[in-house]
Amino acid sequence: MLKTFTLGGVHPPENKISATSKIVEMHTPKNVVVPLVQHLGAPAKSIVAKGDIVKTGQLIAQSSGFVSANIHSPVSGKVLKIDKALNSSGYKSDAIFITVEGDEWVDNIDRTDKLINEIKFSKQEIISKIADAGIVGLGGATFPSHVKTTLPKGKKADYLIINGVECEPYLTADHLLMLEKTEELFVGTELLMKALDVSKAIIGIENNKSDAIKKMQEVSKKFNSISVQPLKVKYPQGGEKQLIEAITKRKVPSGGLPIDIGAVVFNVGSVYAIYEAVQKNKPLIDRIVTVTGKTLKSPSNFKVKIGTMIGELIDMAGGLPEDTGKIINGGPMMGKSVASTEIPIVKGSSGILIMPENESKRKETEPCIRCSKCVGVCPMGLEPYLLSALGEKSLFDRLESDKVMDCIECGSCSYVCPSGRPLLDYIRFGKTNVGKIIRSRK
Amino acid sequence: MVLVIFDTIVTLSGLGIAAAIVLYLVAWKFKVYEDPRIDKVEEILPAANCGGCGFAGCRNFAEACVKQEGLDGLYCPVGGNECMTNIAEIIGSSAIVKDARVAVLLCNGICEVRPKTSLYDGVSTCSINASLYGGDTGCQFGCLGHGDCVVVCDFEALHMDAATGLPVVNVENCTACGACVTACPKDLFELRKRAKKDRKIYVACKNEDKGGIAKKSCSAACIGCNKCFKVCPFDAITMNNNLAYIDSDKCRLCRKCVPECPTNAIIEIGFPPKKERTEQSENETIIKQN
Repeated sequence: MLKTFTLGGVHPPENKISATSKIVEMHTPKNVVVPLVQHLGAPAKSIVAKGDIVKTGQLIAQSSGFVSANIHSPVSGKVLKIDKALNSSGYKSDAIFITVEGDEWVDNIDRTDKLINEIKFSKQEIISKIADAGIVGLGGATFPSHVKTTLPKGKKADYLIINGVECEPYLTADHLLMLEKTEELFVGTELLMKALDVSKAIIGIENNKSDAIKKMQEVSKKFNSISVQPLKVKYPQGGEKQLIEAITKRKVPSGGLPIDIGAVVFNVGSVYAIYEAVQKNKPLIDRIVTVTGKTLKSPSNFKVKIGTMIGELIDMAGGLPEDTGKIINGGPMMGKSVASTEIPIVKGSSGILIMPENESKRKETEPCIRCSKCVGVCPMGLEPYLLSALGEKSLFDRLESDKVMDCIECGSCSYVCPSGRPLLDYIRFGKTNVGKIIRSRK
Repeated sequence: MVLVIFDTIVTLSGLGIAAAIVLYLVAWKFKVYEDPRIDKVEEILPAANCGGCGFAGCRNFAEACVKQEGLDGLYCPVGGNECMTNIAEIIGSSAIVKDARVAVLLCNGICEVRPKTSLYDGVSTCSINASLYGGDTGCQFGCLGHGDCVVVCDFEALHMDAATGLPVVNVENCTACGACVTACPKDLFELRKRAKKDRKIYVACKNEDKGGIAKKSCSAACIGCNKCFKVCPFDAITMNNNLAYIDSDKCRLCRKCVPECPTNAIIEIGFPPKKERTEQSENETIIKQN
């Protein structure tokens, strides 16, 4: 019996159509737009000015607090301007525009593919290298990694869990990374184990990626303290709290953090970025992005420079099909549709999904029939029908007491609702406002 | 038979009197003193319970007035100056006199000037739409047109105009309670000073983008060209974030800025129509300028 989490969960069609396309390095674009907010926390502060010449990997924006992250130039060239640019939130925010000229890199970056096994850094050195390289959680939450590796006083981690679940339908970026950069991922995991002082690491992979499980298990024989755990396929297993429960049977308490129960979770994408940052001095300037969709000519996995426009990626994958209804930044469950192709890839972009018009329309909203399907599938044990009604009426006090802040916004409730109610939209609206109220109390 | 009736009357009357005494004693024992002025103040208030004063209802506002023994920071926008003077008399302090205000929508992005760039199929409320993205037009600052403001208005002073897709303020009904100001996620309503005959001049735009970008998304957008700012004789216009703003407290309604605006973002309402400039006279002025 394969392991999985206990409460709720759904089984959306997997549609992993790009699972067989190898990672292709995308050519460097002519212009890049690097937003200053690509992570959770305070925006980075730009340290370049218009007209400055920058090299690939050079620091261009500095983190402005503990929960913030450095941003490096993904290309070499000239800073065109620092101006507002549309990002995937649908709003404009400050960004650095760079025109590409030449291909000069910062000197100490190791650009070879050679695997470096030997770990010659201390715990502190690893953490500071992660912070310098501006690594954030690449699973999508974009939480700065150096904050996670710096454990709060008195807390100890028992488990390091590596998230290779990729439960989101369509997306295959992590899958391909595990297939192609297997040994690097294990070295990255060892680095994290040293930084966190843990003796045991478990890599969780869903059973639909049997080739990745096989390859990872083979390599894991060389590493005594790292094991690979196949998991039953169920959405949202890639959620931090769900994955911890599936693997360790420990539950993160409401309002608590994984470290409260001795677990730290990193996405495989972040682990690879950490390997590159520590062993090869390479900051986070590119990432793997899945560009997919049933109508797309060639669904692919690209290694893309941060700041590349979504439109260029779609062109590389065969161009935008005529009957496109929605372009989704991310996967179909948690992703967000965007209103323009002129949106840059950021650290948290895991995929671009093209949905044809007939699939992308919302269902007609009908009244709630109290079937409680949403309650049954909620992986956090909440009552989505109630939370959404409270959100609709802006009853924020009750939303807070009904634990709206525990919602992980996985969208399972909206997915199963037979009345097509936009449950998550209302819940997210309530959550944003309750979050504001909680912050204002501090 | 008679005896039974007599007994019943005596017993019930006795019970009634005993209960009355108990109730009286309890009421006397647990009596809460309440300032009689609170009731008087509440009577004067408009009883709209709109929350425009910042309190949950008129009663809470009355309690606050009496408790404070003064009217500093307290003002009922619905009742206005007259109401506040009466309250001041009751509680024996001086009244604060404020200019009457009216809600104004600072967006003129009607369908023709602000073309749609995407199709929004989500929940039809402004708050949810704004939480998802900047809106279905190129302007992320403009009206979303789902009418959250209309829903919150207690005075039927707002309705959606189907032709323009924008809400319209009925100046006669508007009490400047400010409900629409808080409801609008784009912060498009402003409570501006009411002038004679409800005349007003204002910049109907909140687009902070640079001129070219703003104009591309909406041809009636303020492009921050500074022309109105330069021409204003009363320093009522300030420029911030590529956007002009006319202070209604300083504006003397001279209308000099209106023809200066290249995008017609400055709107004048309630004025008699200006004399149409003939082509000839226009040519004359050009010659004079040269």
